[in-house]
Amino acid sequence: MEYILEMNGIEKSFPGAKVLKHVNFNLKPGEVHALMGENGAGKSTLMKILMGIYSSDAGEITLAGESVTIKSPHEALDKGISMIHQELNPILDMQVYENVYLGRNIIKGKVFADKKIMKTATRKELDAMGVRISPNTYMRDLSVAQCQLIEIVKAISVGSRIIIMDEPTSAITDVEIETLFEQIRKLKAQGVAIIYISHKMDEIFEICDRITVLRDGEWIGTDETAHMTSEQLIKMMVGRDITEIFPKESVEIGDVVFEADSIISGTEVKDVSFQLHAGEILGIAGLVGAGRSELMEAIFGVTKKDGGKIILNGKERKIKSPKQAISQKIAFITEDRKVTGLNLITPISDNIIQVAMKDVSTWGFMNDKKRNELSDYYINQLSIKATGRNQIVGSLSGGNQQKVVIAKWLLSNPDIIILDEPTRGIDVGAKRDIYLLIGELVKAGKAVIVISSEIPEIMGLSDRIIVMSEGRFAGELERTEFSQEKILTLAANYIDASGGVSLDNSNLDSGERTDRADRADRADRAERTDNADRTDRAERTDNAERTDNADRTDNADSTDRADRTDRADRTDNADRADRTDNADRTDRINGGVN
Amino acid sequence: MGQTNALSNVTLKSVIKNFGILFVFFALVIVLSIISPNHAFAQPYNIINILKQTAINGILATGMLFVIVSGGIDLSIGSIVGVTAVLSAMLAHTGGYPLIVAIVIPILVGAVFGLVNGALVSYGGIPPFIVTLGSMTVLRGLALIISGGSPITGVSMQFEKISSSFVFGIPSLAIYFALVVLICAIILQKTVFGRNVFAIGGNEISARVSGVNVNFIRLLVYGIMGLLAGFCGVLMASRTTTGAPLAGSGYEMDAIAAAVIGGVSMTGGVGKWYGVVIGALLIAVIGNGLDILGVASSYQQVIKGLIIIVAVFLDLRGKRNKK
Repeated sequence: MEYILEMNGIEKSFPGAKVLKHVNFNLKPGEVHALMGENGAGKSTLMKILMGIYSSDAGEITLAGESVTIKSPHEALDKGISMIHQELNPILDMQVYENVYLGRNIIKGKVFADKKIMKTATRKELDAMGVRISPNTYMRDLSVAQCQLIEIVKAISVGSRIIIMDEPTSAITDVEIETLFEQIRKLKAQGVAIIYISHKMDEIFEICDRITVLRDGEWIGTDETAHMTSEQLIKMMVGRDITEIFPKESVEIGDVVFEADSIISGTEVKDVSFQLHAGEILGIAGLVGAGRSELMEAIFGVTKKDGGKIILNGKERKIKSPKQAISQKIAFITEDRKVTGLNLITPISDNIIQVAMKDVSTWGFMNDKKRNELSDYYINQLSIKATGRNQIVGSLSGGNQQKVVIAKWLLSNPDIIILDEPTRGIDVGAKRDIYLLIGELVKAGKAVIVISSEIPEIMGLSDRIIVMSEGRFAGELERTEFSQEKILTLAANYIDASGGVSLDNSNLDSGERTDRADRADRADRAERTDNADRTDRAERTDNAERTDNADRTDNADSTDRADRTDRADRTDNADRADRTDNADRTDRINGGVN
Repeated sequence: MGQTNALSNVTLKSVIKNFGILFVFFALVIVLSIISPNHAFAQPYNIINILKQTAINGILATGMLFVIVSGGIDLSIGSIVGVTAVLSAMLAHTGGYPLIVAIVIPILVGAVFGLVNGALVSYGGIPPFIVTLGSMTVLRGLALIISGGSPITGVSMQFEKISSSFVFGIPSLAIYFALVVLICAIILQKTVFGRNVFAIGGNEISARVSGVNVNFIRLLVYGIMGLLAGFCGVLMASRTTTGAPLAGSGYEMDAIAAAVIGGVSMTGGVGKWYGVVIGALLIAVIGNGLDILGVASSYQQVIKGLIIIVAVFLDLRGKRNKK
C-alpha cells in the first residue's frame, strides 16, 4: 500500500457552480503534500469533503486501501484525519489540557472528568514534541503559534495519521514558522502525512515533498517539489504566465500634496514626519509593531493624535475623525478587511456606497438607482467576481472582498489613498489586479501610500520608501537605493535600544533560551544543506533586482514579535543567519516571479 | 445570468425567508377561525380588536427594530410607557391644558429619556443592556413618584378619543401603527441615517472608519425608541383612560419577542420592518385567540411562550434548509 489516502474523481457542485471537477489527490505516509491553487480553486471544498463537512457528488475516497465514506468531522477524526484551521478558535478560558481533550474528556467513575490523567497525558505529548508549555496554562496566555502547536498535540493525541494544515503560517512569525516546521519534520518521521495549504511559495519549497495544484475546481497536476520551479507552479495555479508581477509604469511626480509633521500618537507613534507628492507611490516599511498602521490611523483620525500637524496642499487641516479625513479627500483602505473594512452581512452595493453616502443621496434620502449604477460600475471596473451587486459580501473570496473595500473608497473620489496591507491573504491573480489599479490611480494624479510587510511588494510598487522602527522614522530610500538589506537594517534601527523592555516579557529561563537557540541553529544548518540544490535552481533565474531584494518583512517581523515570547531568538546571531537564509529563499521565489 | 435574474432572486429569497413565520401566522389564523365558538375569531369586530391590541406593541417593536439592528437593546421602554402614561393622564385632566400638550409633552419627555439612554451608551460607553436595565428601574420609580403611587384618572373625553375613534371604520390605533411603520420603514430603508443604522450594527468599526458618526447615530436610535415609547404612553393613557404607574410593565419583552419572531438578528445589522409587523400581529393573535377560547391567563402565558419558541424554530429551520 503506497498511499495512505487516495481521493479519486471527486466531484462537487453547489447550486449554480461546479466547484470540483473530477479531482484526484493522494497522500503517502510521512509526506508533506502541498495543496495549491488560487482562492476559489476548490482547495477548501476538497478538504471539507475529506473532513466530512461536505459530501461529494461523485468519486471515491480510499483510506489505507479501504474505500470509505466520511459523513462528519467526527467520523473523519475517528478515521485519523485532523484539520488545523487557518483561524484557530481555542476556548480562551480553558487550560491547555482541557483544550486537548475537548469533546472527549476522560471520565472518572461515571460523571467526573479525570483531570489528572488528562494533564499527565498532555504533558507527555508536549514533552515528546519538545514544546515547553504547561498543560495548566490558559489558552488566553498562548501566542497564535503556541495555540497551533496545541492543535497539533491534539491531533496526535487522537492518533491522527493525516493532518490538514490550512495556511498554518499566515499569522505566526518567522521564528515560530521554524518551530512549526521542526514539528512537521518530526511528524513526518513518525509517518504522519500532512496536507499543507499555503500561498507562501518559499514555505512550499522548503517543507513540502510533493505539490498538487488545483485551478477552477480542476486537477492541474501533481509532482515532486524537486521537479518544480516557482514559475511553473505559478503558471499552473494562474493558468497564464505572470511575466510582470509588479507592472510599474513611470508617472510624473508632482508637487507635495500631503505632509505629516511630527505626528505623535500614544506610545506607538513617536514623532513621525513625511511628505507625499501627487502621482507618487510612497511605501511604508517596517516590522510588525513598528507603528505603521498606527501612524495611518492617527493621520486618518481613527485614533487620537497627541501631537503633530497634517498639511494638505500647503494648508494645515484638523483631522479628528475619519469623517473629517474623508471630507479632505483622503481614503484609508485598512489592514483587516473583515474587522475594519466591510460589513460582511450586507450586500456588495451597501458596502460600496458606505463612504460616499452623500453622493448617492439627496436630502438624506438614498438614491437607489444611482447606488445600483455605481455598484455595477465598480463591480465591472474592478472585475469583482460575484453573482451581482446584491451578493452578501461575506460570501465573496478574500480577493474580491478586498476589491469591494477598494471600490468603496474609490467611490469617495479621494486624492490621497492609504492602503494598509492591500494584498494580504489574497491570491496571485487578484494581487496583480490591485497592483494595476494602484498604477492607474497614480497615473490619474492621485497620491498613494502603501503599507506592506511583503518587501518585494513594497519595493516593486513604491517610488520611495520610508522605514519605521519602534514608532519612529528610521530612514528614507529612493527607488534607486531600494534593497532588502537596507530596509531591514533601518527597520531594526531602534530595536536594540528598547530590547530591555522585551526582556521582561520573556517567559523562558535562560537555560531554555540557549536550548532553543541551539535548536534553531541546528535546524538552520540542516536546512541550508537541504536547500542547497534548490538554491542552485534559484540561481538560474536571473534578475538584477532579485539578488539583493525581496523578502517578506514577515521574516523580519518575527524578530520583533518573537521577542515578546521568545527573546533569545532575536539577540542570537544564529537567528540572524537564519533570517538571511530565509531571505535568500524568498528571494529565489520572488526572483522567479519577477 | 443577467441582473434581472439576480434581482428576482433577491425578492424571491426575501419572501421565502419570511415564509416560515408567515406560514405559522396564517395557520394560526385559520385554525383559530375554525375552532373558536361561532367563529368569533374571524368576526370583523374581533379583527378590529386584534388590530387595536397589536398597535402599541407593534409601535414599540418598530422602535426596537432600530435599536436591535444598531446592535443594541432597550429594556427601559416599558418604564418609559409607564412614566409618559402617568404624565399624559395628568396633563389631560378635564379643563386642564389643551389636548395637544397632553400629547406632545409626554412624547418629548419619552424622546429625552431615550436620548439619555443613547448618550450613556454612545458617549458613556456603557453596554446598552446595563444602561437600559438601570433606567428601566429608575423610570418605573419615577412613574410611581409622580403619580403618588396610584393611577391618575379623570382624563378628558377628547383625550379618550385619541385611541377610541375610527377613521373609515378603521380603529385609530391601527392607523397610528400603520403610520409609524410606514415612516420607520422609509427611514430605515431609504435614508442615509437608516442605512447607517444597519452599517453600525453590521460592523461598527468598519462604519466608523468609513466616516459614519457612530455615536451620533446610536444616540438618535435610542432617541427614536424613546419617542415612540412616549407616544405609546399617550396611547396607553388614552386607551385605559388612566395613567397607571405600572402601565407598560413587561412591554419591552413583547417588543423584543415581536422583533425576534420577525427575523431581526439579536447580533445586529439584520432586520426587516415587515418581519416586525408580522411578529407583532402574531403575538396579538395568540393572545386574542386564547382569550376567545377561554384559556386561563396563566395557561395563556405558557402557550404564548411556547408558540414564540416554535415559531422562531420553524423560521430558522426554513432558512437553514434554503442554504
